[in-house]
Amino acid sequence: MKPSAFEYKRPGSVIEAVHYLHQFGEDARVLAGGQSLVPLMNFRLVYPEVLVDINDVDELSGICPSSDGSLSIGALTRQATLLSPCLPSAWRIVREATSHIGHYPIRRRGTVGGSMVHADPAAELPLLALTLEAEFKLRSQTGERSVHADSFFQSHFTTDKHEDELLIEVCFPALPHGTTTAFAEFARRSGDFALVAVAAALTRDTAGVIRRARIGLAGVAATPLRARGAEEELLGTTETASARIAAARAAEDIDPTSDGHASARLRRDLARTLVERVLAQCSGNEQ
Amino acid sequence: MTTRQIDLLVNEQTFTLDLPPRITLADALRDHCRLTGTHLGCEHGVCGACTVLLDGEPVRSCLLFAIQAAGHEVTTVEGVGRPDSLHPLQRAFVNNQAFQCGFCTPGFLMLALGILNEELDISTNDLRNALSANLCRCTGYTAIVDAVTGYQSSRKDAQ
Repeated sequence: MKPSAFEYKRPGSVIEAVHYLHQFGEDARVLAGGQSLVPLMNFRLVYPEVLVDINDVDELSGICPSSDGSLSIGALTRQATLLSPCLPSAWRIVREATSHIGHYPIRRRGTVGGSMVHADPAAELPLLALTLEAEFKLRSQTGERSVHADSFFQSHFTTDKHEDELLIEVCFPALPHGTTTAFAEFARRSGDFALVAVAAALTRDTAGVIRRARIGLAGVAATPLRARGAEEELLGTTETASARIAAARAAEDIDPTSDGHASARLRRDLARTLVERVLAQCSGNEQ
Repeated sequence: MTTRQIDLLVNEQTFTLDLPPRITLADALRDHCRLTGTHLGCEHGVCGACTVLLDGEPVRSCLLFAIQAAGHEVTTVEGVGRPDSLHPLQRAFVNNQAFQCGFCTPGFLMLALGILNEELDISTNDLRNALSANLCRCTGYTAIVDAVTGYQSSRKDAQ
Protein backbone atom coordinates (compact mmCIF):
# COMPACT_ATOMS: atom_id res chain seq x y z
CA MET A 1 0.00 0.00 0.00
CA LYS A 2 1.00 3.63 -0.14
CA PRO A 3 1.03 5.76 2.99
CA SER A 4 -1.91 8.04 3.67
CA ALA A 5 -1.60 11.79 3.25
CA PHE A 6 0.17 13.91 5.84
CA GLU A 7 1.44 17.41 6.40
CA TYR A 8 5.24 17.61 6.35
CA LYS A 9 7.35 19.75 8.66
CA ARG A 10 11.14 19.96 8.55
CA PRO A 11 12.43 21.84 11.61
CA GLY A 12 16.05 22.98 11.71
CA SER A 13 16.37 22.99 15.49
CA VAL A 14 15.15 21.23 18.62
CA ILE A 15 13.15 24.33 19.59
CA GLU A 16 11.31 24.26 16.27
CA ALA A 17 10.77 20.50 16.49
CA VAL A 18 9.21 20.56 19.97
CA HIS A 19 7.09 23.51 18.93
CA TYR A 20 5.54 21.34 16.21
CA LEU A 21 5.08 18.42 18.60
CA HIS A 22 3.35 20.75 21.04
CA GLN A 23 1.17 22.19 18.29
CA PHE A 24 0.09 18.88 16.76
CA GLY A 25 0.28 16.49 19.75
CA GLU A 26 -0.99 13.01 19.02
CA ASP A 27 -1.59 13.83 15.35
CA ALA A 28 2.17 14.07 14.75
CA ARG A 29 4.99 11.55 14.54
CA VAL A 30 8.69 12.24 14.49
CA LEU A 31 10.49 11.04 11.35
CA ALA A 32 14.16 10.23 11.89
CA GLY A 33 15.68 7.26 9.98
CA GLY A 34 12.27 6.02 8.94
CA GLN A 35 13.43 2.40 8.85
CA SER A 36 10.69 1.36 11.29
CA LEU A 37 8.14 4.15 10.90
CA VAL A 38 7.82 4.21 7.11
CA PRO A 39 7.14 0.46 6.77
CA LEU A 40 4.36 0.93 9.34
CA MET A 41 3.02 3.84 7.28
CA ASN A 42 3.29 1.84 4.05
CA PHE A 43 1.15 -0.86 5.68
CA ARG A 44 -1.15 1.86 7.02
CA LEU A 45 -0.67 0.43 10.51
CA VAL A 46 0.02 4.03 11.46
CA TYR A 47 -1.31 7.09 9.66
CA PRO A 48 -0.02 10.28 11.27
CA GLU A 49 -1.55 13.51 10.07
CA VAL A 50 1.74 15.33 10.49
CA LEU A 51 5.32 14.15 10.07
CA VAL A 52 8.03 16.13 11.81
CA ASP A 53 11.22 15.31 9.90
CA ILE A 54 14.14 15.90 12.28
CA ASN A 55 16.92 14.87 9.89
CA ASP A 56 18.16 18.47 9.64
CA VAL A 57 18.44 18.92 13.41
CA ASP A 58 22.21 18.41 13.50
CA GLU A 59 22.48 19.25 17.19
CA LEU A 60 20.88 15.84 17.90
CA SER A 61 23.73 13.89 16.31
CA GLY A 62 26.92 12.85 17.93
CA ILE A 63 28.63 10.47 20.30
CA CYS A 64 30.14 12.06 23.36
CA PRO A 65 32.37 9.98 25.60
CA SER A 66 32.92 11.89 28.80
CA SER A 67 36.00 12.04 31.01
CA ASP A 68 33.99 10.35 33.77
CA GLY A 69 33.63 7.31 31.50
CA SER A 70 29.96 7.83 30.63
CA LEU A 71 28.76 7.79 27.01
CA SER A 72 26.11 10.15 25.66
CA ILE A 73 24.64 9.40 22.27
CA GLY A 74 22.51 11.98 20.43
CA ALA A 75 19.12 10.63 19.37
CA LEU A 76 19.69 11.31 15.67
CA THR A 77 23.05 9.46 15.63
CA ARG A 78 22.93 6.90 12.84
CA GLN A 79 23.28 3.31 14.03
CA ALA A 80 26.20 2.81 11.63
CA THR A 81 28.15 5.46 13.54
CA LEU A 82 28.22 3.10 16.55
CA LEU A 83 30.28 0.68 14.45
CA SER A 84 33.04 3.23 14.08
CA PRO A 85 36.47 2.35 15.47
CA CYS A 86 36.36 5.77 17.19
CA LEU A 87 34.01 4.37 19.81
CA PRO A 88 36.07 3.87 23.01
CA SER A 89 37.05 0.22 23.46
CA ALA A 90 35.33 0.05 26.86
CA TRP A 91 32.06 0.33 24.91
CA ARG A 92 32.68 -2.57 22.55
CA ILE A 93 29.35 -4.11 23.59
CA VAL A 94 27.62 -1.20 21.84
CA ARG A 95 29.44 -2.00 18.59
CA GLU A 96 28.77 -5.73 18.99
CA ALA A 97 25.04 -5.24 19.58
CA THR A 98 24.70 -2.73 16.73
CA SER A 99 26.33 -5.13 14.25
CA HIS A 100 23.25 -7.33 14.66
CA ILE A 101 20.76 -4.59 13.76
CA GLY A 102 19.11 -5.25 10.41
CA HIS A 103 21.34 -4.73 7.41
CA TYR A 104 23.90 -2.25 6.09
CA PRO A 105 21.49 0.27 4.47
CA ILE A 106 19.14 0.10 7.46
CA ARG A 107 21.98 1.01 9.82
CA ARG A 108 23.06 3.91 7.57
CA ARG A 109 19.68 5.63 7.98
CA GLY A 110 18.27 4.15 11.18
CA THR A 111 19.00 6.14 14.31
CA VAL A 112 19.77 5.29 17.92
CA GLY A 113 16.86 7.39 19.17
CA GLY A 114 14.48 5.89 16.63
CA SER A 115 15.28 2.35 17.76
CA MET A 116 14.85 3.30 21.43
CA VAL A 117 11.52 5.06 20.96
CA HIS A 118 10.17 2.40 18.58
CA ALA A 119 10.83 -0.05 21.46
CA ASP A 120 10.57 -3.33 19.62
CA PRO A 121 10.74 -6.03 22.33
CA ALA A 122 13.43 -7.89 20.35
CA ALA A 123 15.60 -4.88 19.53
CA GLU A 124 19.27 -4.65 20.49
CA LEU A 125 19.63 -1.00 21.52
CA PRO A 126 16.72 -0.99 24.01
CA LEU A 127 18.23 -4.18 25.49
CA LEU A 128 21.57 -2.42 25.94
CA ALA A 129 19.93 0.64 27.45
CA LEU A 130 18.09 -1.46 30.01
CA THR A 131 21.02 -3.73 30.87
CA LEU A 132 23.50 -0.87 31.25
CA GLU A 133 20.97 1.38 33.03
CA ALA A 134 20.93 4.28 30.57
CA GLU A 135 19.11 7.56 31.09
CA PHE A 136 16.84 9.06 28.43
CA LYS A 137 16.73 12.85 28.01
CA LEU A 138 13.36 14.07 26.76
CA ARG A 139 12.59 17.65 25.77
CA SER A 140 9.23 19.33 25.29
CA GLN A 141 8.21 22.92 24.89
CA THR A 142 7.70 23.09 28.64
CA GLY A 143 11.03 21.67 29.71
CA GLU A 144 13.32 18.69 29.93
CA ARG A 145 13.21 15.50 31.97
CA SER A 146 15.39 12.46 32.39
CA VAL A 147 13.93 8.94 32.52
CA HIS A 148 15.80 5.84 33.68
CA ALA A 149 15.69 2.85 31.31
CA ASP A 150 13.81 0.82 33.97
CA SER A 151 10.80 3.16 33.57
CA PHE A 152 11.27 4.07 29.91
CA PHE A 153 10.22 0.77 28.28
CA GLN A 154 6.62 0.08 29.24
CA SER A 155 5.29 -2.46 26.73
CA HIS A 156 5.50 -3.54 23.09
CA PHE A 157 6.34 -0.42 21.08
CA THR A 158 5.37 1.72 24.07
CA THR A 159 7.65 4.00 26.03
CA ASP A 160 7.24 6.67 28.67
CA LYS A 161 7.88 9.39 26.07
CA HIS A 162 4.91 11.78 25.91
CA GLU A 163 3.41 12.80 22.58
CA ASP A 164 4.79 16.32 22.77
CA GLU A 165 8.31 15.17 23.70
CA LEU A 166 11.39 14.65 21.59
CA LEU A 167 14.11 12.22 22.66
CA ILE A 168 17.33 14.25 22.73
CA GLU A 169 19.95 11.79 23.86
CA VAL A 170 20.63 8.52 25.63
CA CYS A 171 23.31 8.51 28.28
CA PHE A 172 25.08 5.34 29.35
CA PRO A 173 26.70 5.69 32.79
CA ALA A 174 30.37 4.74 33.13
CA LEU A 175 31.06 1.03 33.47
CA PRO A 176 32.60 0.42 36.91
CA HIS A 177 36.29 -0.48 37.00
CA GLY A 178 36.75 -4.23 36.56
CA THR A 179 33.70 -4.68 34.30
CA THR A 180 33.61 -7.03 31.33
CA THR A 181 30.72 -7.08 28.88
CA ALA A 182 29.36 -9.50 26.29
CA PHE A 183 26.45 -9.76 23.87
CA ALA A 184 24.84 -12.67 22.02
CA GLU A 185 21.81 -13.01 19.81
CA PHE A 186 20.01 -15.80 17.94
CA ALA A 187 18.02 -15.15 14.78
CA ARG A 188 17.09 -17.57 12.02
CA ARG A 189 18.79 -15.45 9.36
CA SER A 190 21.32 -12.72 9.84
CA GLY A 191 19.49 -9.43 9.80
CA ASP A 192 16.25 -10.87 11.19
CA PHE A 193 14.89 -9.62 14.48
CA ALA A 194 16.37 -11.59 17.36
CA LEU A 195 14.38 -14.51 18.68
CA VAL A 196 16.35 -13.98 21.89
CA ALA A 197 19.23 -11.61 22.63
CA VAL A 198 21.30 -11.33 25.80
CA ALA A 199 23.58 -8.58 27.08
CA ALA A 200 25.70 -8.77 30.23
CA ALA A 201 28.07 -6.64 32.26
CA LEU A 202 29.95 -8.29 35.13
CA THR A 203 32.13 -6.39 37.59
CA ARG A 204 34.76 -8.36 39.46
CA ASP A 205 37.09 -7.36 42.30
CA THR A 206 40.83 -8.00 42.24
CA ALA A 207 40.26 -11.54 43.53
CA GLY A 208 38.01 -12.26 40.51
CA VAL A 209 34.84 -12.40 42.61
CA ILE A 210 31.71 -10.90 41.02
CA ARG A 211 30.56 -7.85 42.96
CA ARG A 212 28.00 -6.50 40.44
CA ALA A 213 26.07 -8.25 37.69
CA ARG A 214 23.74 -6.94 35.01
CA ILE A 215 22.09 -9.38 32.63
CA GLY A 216 19.42 -8.33 30.13
CA LEU A 217 17.19 -10.37 27.81
CA ALA A 218 15.29 -9.28 24.71
CA GLY A 219 12.63 -11.17 22.80
CA VAL A 220 11.17 -12.93 25.84
CA ALA A 221 8.62 -10.36 26.99
CA ALA A 222 6.83 -7.16 25.96
CA THR A 223 9.94 -5.18 26.87
CA PRO A 224 13.60 -6.05 27.43
CA LEU A 225 14.03 -7.60 30.90
CA ARG A 226 16.71 -7.73 33.54
CA ALA A 227 17.43 -11.29 34.67
CA ARG A 228 17.60 -10.24 38.33
CA GLY A 229 17.41 -13.76 39.70
CA ALA A 230 20.35 -14.81 37.56
CA GLU A 231 22.26 -11.69 38.65
CA GLU A 232 21.75 -12.66 42.30
CA GLU A 233 23.08 -16.16 41.67
CA LEU A 234 26.33 -14.66 40.39
CA LEU A 235 27.08 -12.22 43.20
CA GLY A 236 29.91 -13.29 45.45
CA THR A 237 31.01 -16.07 43.06
CA THR A 238 33.45 -16.43 40.21
CA GLU A 239 31.11 -16.96 37.30
CA THR A 240 32.65 -20.12 35.87
CA ALA A 241 31.29 -21.87 38.94
CA SER A 242 27.84 -20.32 38.87
CA ALA A 243 27.21 -19.64 35.16
CA ARG A 244 25.08 -22.70 34.58
CA ILE A 245 22.97 -22.05 37.66
CA ALA A 246 22.51 -18.41 36.68
CA ALA A 247 21.52 -19.35 33.12
CA ALA A 248 18.96 -21.88 34.37
CA ARG A 249 17.56 -19.30 36.75
CA ALA A 250 17.28 -16.75 33.90
CA ALA A 251 15.27 -19.26 31.84
CA GLU A 252 13.03 -20.18 34.79
CA ASP A 253 12.22 -16.58 35.64
CA ILE A 254 10.87 -15.63 32.21
CA ASP A 255 7.40 -16.34 30.83
CA PRO A 256 7.70 -15.94 27.05
CA THR A 257 4.73 -16.41 24.76
CA SER A 258 4.65 -18.72 21.74
CA ASP A 259 4.19 -17.06 18.39
CA GLY A 260 4.76 -17.74 14.71
CA HIS A 261 8.51 -17.29 15.05
CA ALA A 262 9.26 -19.40 18.09
CA SER A 263 7.57 -21.40 20.81
CA ALA A 264 7.85 -20.39 24.46
CA ARG A 265 9.95 -23.50 25.02
CA LEU A 266 12.41 -22.49 22.30
CA ARG A 267 12.73 -18.98 23.71
CA ARG A 268 13.42 -20.39 27.17
CA ASP A 269 16.06 -22.77 25.81
CA LEU A 270 17.66 -19.97 23.81
CA ALA A 271 17.68 -17.73 26.87
CA ARG A 272 19.49 -20.36 28.92
CA THR A 273 22.02 -21.14 26.20
CA LEU A 274 22.75 -17.51 25.36
CA VAL A 275 23.10 -16.45 29.01
CA GLU A 276 25.64 -19.24 29.54
CA ARG A 277 27.48 -18.23 26.38
CA VAL A 278 27.55 -14.57 27.32
CA LEU A 279 28.81 -15.32 30.84
CA ALA A 280 31.57 -17.48 29.38
CA GLN A 281 32.53 -14.58 27.09
CA CYS A 282 32.62 -12.24 30.07
CA SER A 283 35.10 -14.44 31.87
CA GLY A 284 37.19 -14.63 28.69
CA ASN A 285 37.23 -10.89 28.02
CA GLU A 286 39.79 -8.50 29.38
CA GLN A 287 38.46 -4.98 29.54
CA MET B 1 -4.38 17.12 -1.51
CA THR B 2 -1.72 19.72 -0.87
CA THR B 3 1.36 19.40 -3.02
CA ARG B 4 4.81 20.91 -2.69
CA GLN B 5 7.20 21.89 -5.40
CA ILE B 6 10.56 20.25 -4.93
CA ASP B 7 13.76 20.05 -6.94
CA LEU B 8 15.20 16.57 -7.06
CA LEU B 9 18.81 16.21 -8.18
CA VAL B 10 19.00 12.76 -9.76
CA ASN B 11 22.03 11.53 -11.70
CA GLU B 12 23.25 15.13 -11.87
CA GLN B 13 20.00 16.28 -13.48
CA THR B 14 17.41 18.47 -11.76
CA PHE B 15 13.77 17.41 -11.87
CA THR B 16 11.26 20.01 -10.67
CA LEU B 17 8.26 18.12 -9.33
CA ASP B 18 4.95 19.05 -7.77
CA LEU B 19 4.12 16.29 -5.29
CA PRO B 20 2.21 15.57 -2.10
CA PRO B 21 4.63 14.76 0.75
CA ARG B 22 3.40 11.15 0.98
CA ILE B 23 4.97 10.15 -2.36
CA THR B 24 8.00 7.97 -1.67
CA LEU B 25 11.31 8.61 -3.39
CA ALA B 26 10.90 5.27 -5.20
CA ASP B 27 7.53 6.30 -6.64
CA ALA B 28 8.74 9.79 -7.53
CA LEU B 29 11.72 8.35 -9.42
CA ARG B 30 9.59 5.85 -11.29
CA ASP B 31 6.36 7.76 -11.94
CA HIS B 32 7.49 11.38 -12.05
CA CYS B 33 11.10 11.25 -13.24
CA ARG B 34 10.29 8.26 -15.48
CA LEU B 35 13.41 6.46 -14.21
CA THR B 36 11.98 2.98 -13.91
CA GLY B 37 15.26 1.18 -13.23
CA THR B 38 14.52 1.45 -9.49
CA HIS B 39 12.15 -1.40 -8.67
CA LEU B 40 9.43 -1.94 -6.05
CA GLY B 41 9.69 -5.39 -4.50
CA CYS B 42 8.13 -5.19 -1.07
CA GLU B 43 7.61 -1.52 -0.19
CA HIS B 44 8.48 -2.18 3.44
CA GLY B 45 12.24 -2.17 3.46
CA VAL B 46 12.95 -5.89 3.35
CA CYS B 47 14.03 -6.73 -0.21
CA GLY B 48 16.30 -3.86 -1.31
CA ALA B 49 15.12 -3.84 -4.93
CA CYS B 50 14.49 -0.11 -4.51
CA THR B 51 18.04 0.70 -3.38
CA VAL B 52 19.47 3.99 -4.67
CA LEU B 53 22.34 6.17 -3.49
CA LEU B 54 21.56 9.23 -1.41
CA ASP B 55 24.68 11.39 -1.20
CA GLY B 56 26.63 8.25 -2.13
CA GLU B 57 25.09 6.02 0.56
CA PRO B 58 22.84 3.07 -0.26
CA VAL B 59 19.29 3.64 1.01
CA ARG B 60 15.92 1.95 0.53
CA SER B 61 14.02 4.48 -1.55
CA CYS B 62 10.65 2.96 -0.55
CA LEU B 63 11.38 4.15 2.99
CA LEU B 64 12.18 7.76 2.05
CA PHE B 65 9.72 10.40 0.99
CA ALA B 66 10.68 12.27 -2.17
CA ILE B 67 10.44 15.55 -0.31
CA GLN B 68 13.17 14.34 2.05
CA ALA B 69 15.57 14.00 -0.87
CA ALA B 70 15.29 17.68 -1.80
CA GLY B 71 18.70 19.22 -1.20
CA HIS B 72 20.50 15.89 -1.57
CA GLU B 73 22.04 13.99 -4.47
CA VAL B 74 20.30 10.88 -5.69
CA THR B 75 21.98 8.30 -7.92
CA THR B 76 19.95 5.59 -9.62
CA VAL B 77 21.04 2.72 -11.85
CA GLU B 78 20.41 4.93 -14.87
CA GLY B 79 23.27 7.09 -13.62
CA VAL B 80 25.70 4.20 -13.33
CA GLY B 81 26.18 3.13 -16.95
CA ARG B 82 24.43 3.00 -20.29
CA PRO B 83 23.63 0.00 -22.51
CA ASP B 84 26.27 1.16 -24.96
CA SER B 85 28.82 1.88 -22.24
CA LEU B 86 28.46 -0.37 -19.24
CA HIS B 87 29.97 0.49 -15.88
CA PRO B 88 32.73 -2.02 -14.95
CA LEU B 89 30.48 -3.39 -12.18
CA GLN B 90 27.71 -4.01 -14.72
CA ARG B 91 30.29 -5.68 -16.98
CA ALA B 92 31.28 -7.90 -14.03
CA PHE B 93 27.61 -8.86 -13.53
CA VAL B 94 27.40 -9.84 -17.21
CA ASN B 95 30.63 -11.82 -17.08
CA ASN B 96 29.63 -13.68 -13.92
CA GLN B 97 25.99 -14.31 -14.97
CA ALA B 98 24.99 -12.45 -11.84
CA PHE B 99 21.41 -11.81 -12.97
CA GLN B 100 18.58 -13.84 -14.53
CA CYS B 101 15.26 -12.01 -14.41
CA GLY B 102 17.09 -8.80 -13.51
CA PHE B 103 14.50 -7.55 -11.03
CA CYS B 104 16.89 -7.33 -8.07
CA THR B 105 19.84 -6.24 -10.19
CA PRO B 106 19.58 -2.45 -10.00
CA GLY B 107 19.21 -2.68 -6.22
CA PHE B 108 22.30 -4.89 -5.96
CA LEU B 109 24.33 -2.61 -8.24
CA MET B 110 23.54 0.44 -6.14
CA LEU B 111 24.10 -1.43 -2.87
CA ALA B 112 27.48 -2.73 -4.05
CA LEU B 113 28.60 0.68 -5.31
CA GLY B 114 27.47 2.32 -2.10
CA ILE B 115 29.33 -0.19 0.08
CA LEU B 116 32.53 0.09 -1.96
CA ASN B 117 32.29 3.91 -2.04
CA GLU B 118 32.31 3.82 1.75
CA GLU B 119 34.98 1.15 2.17
CA LEU B 120 36.82 -0.12 -0.89
CA ASP B 121 38.99 -2.42 1.29
CA ILE B 122 36.06 -4.20 2.96
CA SER B 123 36.84 -7.88 3.63
CA THR B 124 35.08 -10.53 1.55
CA ASN B 125 33.22 -11.76 4.63
CA ASP B 126 32.01 -8.30 5.58
CA LEU B 127 31.11 -7.63 1.96
CA ARG B 128 28.98 -10.79 1.82
CA ASN B 129 27.26 -9.73 5.05
CA ALA B 130 26.60 -6.27 3.66
CA LEU B 131 25.27 -7.66 0.36
CA SER B 132 22.89 -9.92 2.30
CA ALA B 133 20.78 -6.77 2.74
CA ASN B 134 19.12 -7.50 -0.63
CA LEU B 135 17.03 -10.45 -1.82
CA CYS B 136 17.39 -12.39 -5.09
CA ARG B 137 15.08 -15.23 -6.03
CA CYS B 138 16.89 -16.39 -9.17
CA THR B 139 20.63 -16.66 -8.83
CA GLY B 140 21.41 -18.11 -5.42
CA TYR B 141 23.67 -15.08 -4.74
CA THR B 142 27.05 -16.71 -5.43
CA ALA B 143 27.41 -15.14 -8.86
CA ILE B 144 26.43 -11.74 -7.46
CA VAL B 145 29.11 -11.97 -4.76
CA ASP B 146 31.66 -13.10 -7.35
CA ALA B 147 30.79 -10.15 -9.62
CA VAL B 148 31.14 -7.64 -6.81
CA THR B 149 34.37 -9.08 -5.38
CA GLY B 150 35.81 -9.29 -8.90
CA TYR B 151 34.96 -5.65 -9.50
CA GLN B 152 36.39 -4.74 -6.07
CA SER B 153 39.73 -6.40 -6.95
CA SER B 154 40.02 -4.67 -10.28
CA ARG B 155 39.21 -1.32 -8.69
CA LYS B 156 41.83 -1.85 -5.99
CA ASP B 157 44.39 -2.90 -8.62
CA ALA B 158 43.66 0.23 -10.58
CA GLN B 159 44.47 2.45 -7.59
